[in-house]
Amino acid sequence: MKPLVGIFIAAVATPALAQQDHGAAVQQAPADPHAQHQMDEQSADPHAGHAMPPKPSEPTDPHAGHQMPSAPATDAHHAHAGHEPGIPDPPGGPPSAAALGGPAHAADAIFGAATMAPAREVVRKEHGDIKSGMILIDQLEAVIGKGKDGYAWNAQGWYGGDIDRLWFKTEGESRFGESLESAEVQALWGRALDPWWNLQAGVRHDFRTGPDRSYAVLGVQGLAPYWFEVDGALFLSDKGDVTARFEAEYDQRLTQKLILQPAAELNFSAQDVPELGIGSGLSTAELGLRLRYQFVPEFAPYVGVKYERAFGDTADFRRAQGEKAGGWKFLIGIRSWF
Amino acid sequence: MTQLIERRSFLRAGAIGLAGLGITGLIPAWARSGSPGLAPTLPTLSGEDIHLKIANTHFTVGGRTGHAVTMNGVLPAPLIRLREGQNVRLHVENTLDEDSSIHWHGLIVPFQMDGVPGVSFPGIKPHSTFVYEFPLLQSGTYWYHSHSGLQEQQGHYGPMIIDPAEPDPVAYDREHVIVLSDWTFLNPHHLVTKLKAEGGYFNRRKQTLFGMMKGGPEEEMSASDRAMWGQMRMDPADIADVTAATYTYLVNGHGPQENWTGLFHPGERVRLRIINAATMTIFNVRIPGLPITVVSADGLNVRPVTVDEFQIGNAETYDVIIQPTEDQAFTFVAESIDRSGMARATLAPRLGMTAPVPPLRPRPTLTMKDMGMGGMDHGSMAGMDHGAMAAGASAAAGHGNSHSMSGMNMRDKSLVPDSVKVGVGVDAIAMSPIDRTGDPGVGLEDVGHKVLTYRDLMSLTPNPDTRPPQRTIEVHLTGNMERFMWSFDGEKFSEGVEPIRFERNERARVVLINDTMMTHPIHLHGHFFEVVNGHTGSYPRKHTVNVLPGGKVSFDLTADAPGDWAFHCHLLLHMHAGMFRVVTVRPLEGDAA
Repeated sequence: MKPLVGIFIAAVATPALAQQDHGAAVQQAPADPHAQHQMDEQSADPHAGHAMPPKPSEPTDPHAGHQMPSAPATDAHHAHAGHEPGIPDPPGGPPSAAALGGPAHAADAIFGAATMAPAREVVRKEHGDIKSGMILIDQLEAVIGKGKDGYAWNAQGWYGGDIDRLWFKTEGESRFGESLESAEVQALWGRALDPWWNLQAGVRHDFRTGPDRSYAVLGVQGLAPYWFEVDGALFLSDKGDVTARFEAEYDQRLTQKLILQPAAELNFSAQDVPELGIGSGLSTAELGLRLRYQFVPEFAPYVGVKYERAFGDTADFRRAQGEKAGGWKFLIGIRSWF
Repeated sequence: MTQLIERRSFLRAGAIGLAGLGITGLIPAWARSGSPGLAPTLPTLSGEDIHLKIANTHFTVGGRTGHAVTMNGVLPAPLIRLREGQNVRLHVENTLDEDSSIHWHGLIVPFQMDGVPGVSFPGIKPHSTFVYEFPLLQSGTYWYHSHSGLQEQQGHYGPMIIDPAEPDPVAYDREHVIVLSDWTFLNPHHLVTKLKAEGGYFNRRKQTLFGMMKGGPEEEMSASDRAMWGQMRMDPADIADVTAATYTYLVNGHGPQENWTGLFHPGERVRLRIINAATMTIFNVRIPGLPITVVSADGLNVRPVTVDEFQIGNAETYDVIIQPTEDQAFTFVAESIDRSGMARATLAPRLGMTAPVPPLRPRPTLTMKDMGMGGMDHGSMAGMDHGAMAAGASAAAGHGNSHSMSGMNMRDKSLVPDSVKVGVGVDAIAMSPIDRTGDPGVGLEDVGHKVLTYRDLMSLTPNPDTRPPQRTIEVHLTGNMERFMWSFDGEKFSEGVEPIRFERNERARVVLINDTMMTHPIHLHGHFFEVVNGHTGSYPRKHTVNVLPGGKVSFDLTADAPGDWAFHCHLLLHMHAGMFRVVTVRPLEGDAA
């Protein structure tokens, strides 16, 4: 009985819909005698537009009127775009006891557990356990300013899975024709904290004119809202000095290939480290602006400028050495990754 | 039946004529340009015993040659044509130095013949042969491909047609198979490496500052909306992970310049069996100037529905009828979803004729609906014209609502069941996902002509099982665009996840909720399921279903195939990244399903 009631309600409640469907059915009726599906029987039916399924499976559904199968390709269907069509979802629930029954692996009975086990391990690894890596030379540049020209680099690399990765970072600078001024190398273990951020811990070693230093490193690197690449780290030296560094950069696409990258780096120290020329507080700050042209994403030469200066005691240390506290530099370099 | 045979003998003459053209190898006979269509004289593989040989070969497109993994030396693989009700033995020889496999996509087979290494069988070891054997219980357009590693990206796919035992309800004078795919000269593992390094690596049509100042359809977004997307670290221009930056889109192994051409006589009803065998490309298909009548979806007949365009997800198949009456050529256009490129072919009365190739349309931009906010503020709109509302919602959401975004939690764990692990691999949770089976697909809302939606599809025959579902299984499609991580319920398959378990013959509803901003074609092996689209009792039965970004799709499943089955996103690299599960159906014993 109830299915019939459903049909009746549907017919009464949606006359406009039914009319549209009639129209569409007529439009659609193929002129060709070979009707696409040879559905002559149905096409001839004046009610073809709202033929009900032979057995409505859920007669109690109060929305039966919305489930009218009708000639497809009419806009009438879109009138229901916001509705959940059809039978309401039954409750969620765990699988039945029978569903949980064995065997654990159906193929074992046919091909043998010993054969299937290694294949299962392969299929597991092939679906998500991807190891990959990257080496990014973010900056490799000639530094042109007052005094002797120099060069600088800043590069990093990683290898590993999605969660745990081994990181390698290096940066440094010097002047052409002179011995290495300063260079640092970091080896870090990185662990993904959330979709965008990574915790990094490891060691850093500095090579420089003057005393070498080693540090323990604890940092966070990732992608901040608005697409800022951010890297912050705390360093504890083998002499017990605590310093910190904060870096951020942003890629502003001017065109698909021309990219303007503002970047900032701030260095802090918890104490004066006179032998390294570092004073407590904000020791140095650097602002850079690089304009690169990505021939391909992996290879982009750039030009840029940077302003770098020391503050507080760090500036005093510099002046004591006969250097200026800060100044502008012009940059020509290459950004590359592979 | 008789009619069909007569039609074929008529075609034979055409096929013999073609033999004189002397077309080079590496393209199978069925896929050659200038094909008059499928005919018995074409060397397809049929019969009870079929031999396939998987091997390393070369493949040339656009004047460049690269490494391919193919079957019987051709790309796409040979057309296998069988008949419903017959038995077949497929002898598959693997000459590679690595494991391989063939999965018969869409075929209802015993689980141990389904061809998924580590799930249904051990795989085909290097330099060995595996014999698949099963009866053909169905008819329609299907395909077959590797389920090992990333071999499918290298050319390991081909079409399969099962002719019905009963007379075909679809009348046609001529038929062509159209296999769509994507080809890259990069090693497929390098695609993964690039994407892990830079999630947007292949997108060369991002929003830019100069573009914004210049304006244009790809840059139609206010500064405040750009800021809002930026705040979420989401890219509204990220439509496809892999694009024409590396892909050449193929029709039957032919690039756009090679211009595969299929022939017809004006006035004929031409059946096109269209298969999306691409690795990472969802296509929008149209034939400017010709209406397209869809007559079957995923191999099974549907009530004919005439459209101007349709979106086809990876692994979906659509059979369509076209009836060109003029003595002129038509261009078959399969634009990639991000519109960075197209596969192009020509349908013409004579080889050499061409039609204008329409330019690529502007790259679509994602909306709030794609972000999973389609259902917000709809309460007050109950009873209104929902068609208008859907359009209005995306417009309003795209502009008006944006300022309230800052207070929203884009990863609200309270919106998902405890079974969903909202960790590193989940960058968003859809706040208000809606059923999008009435939507035509990303970028197709306003193309000015009729585009197929799932709600237009109705099974030609009544659904075999109309029991109401007794249990809902909610599956979240999750991902992290930045890290290129993809999963179900926030967990990659490699993390050792529990299978999704069904009792044999259980009638269940699976609700797929797409928390990501990409379209995912989700495929369940071994079964057809009914896509819940409003046509109760006549739901379209499919093996693969596109779930639009921020949307959901429900399907009702009769778990009638005992065994273990793969369930995954058919964007191959999403599957490879972890968007994969095993579905078990127990008990195994008892009558064969």
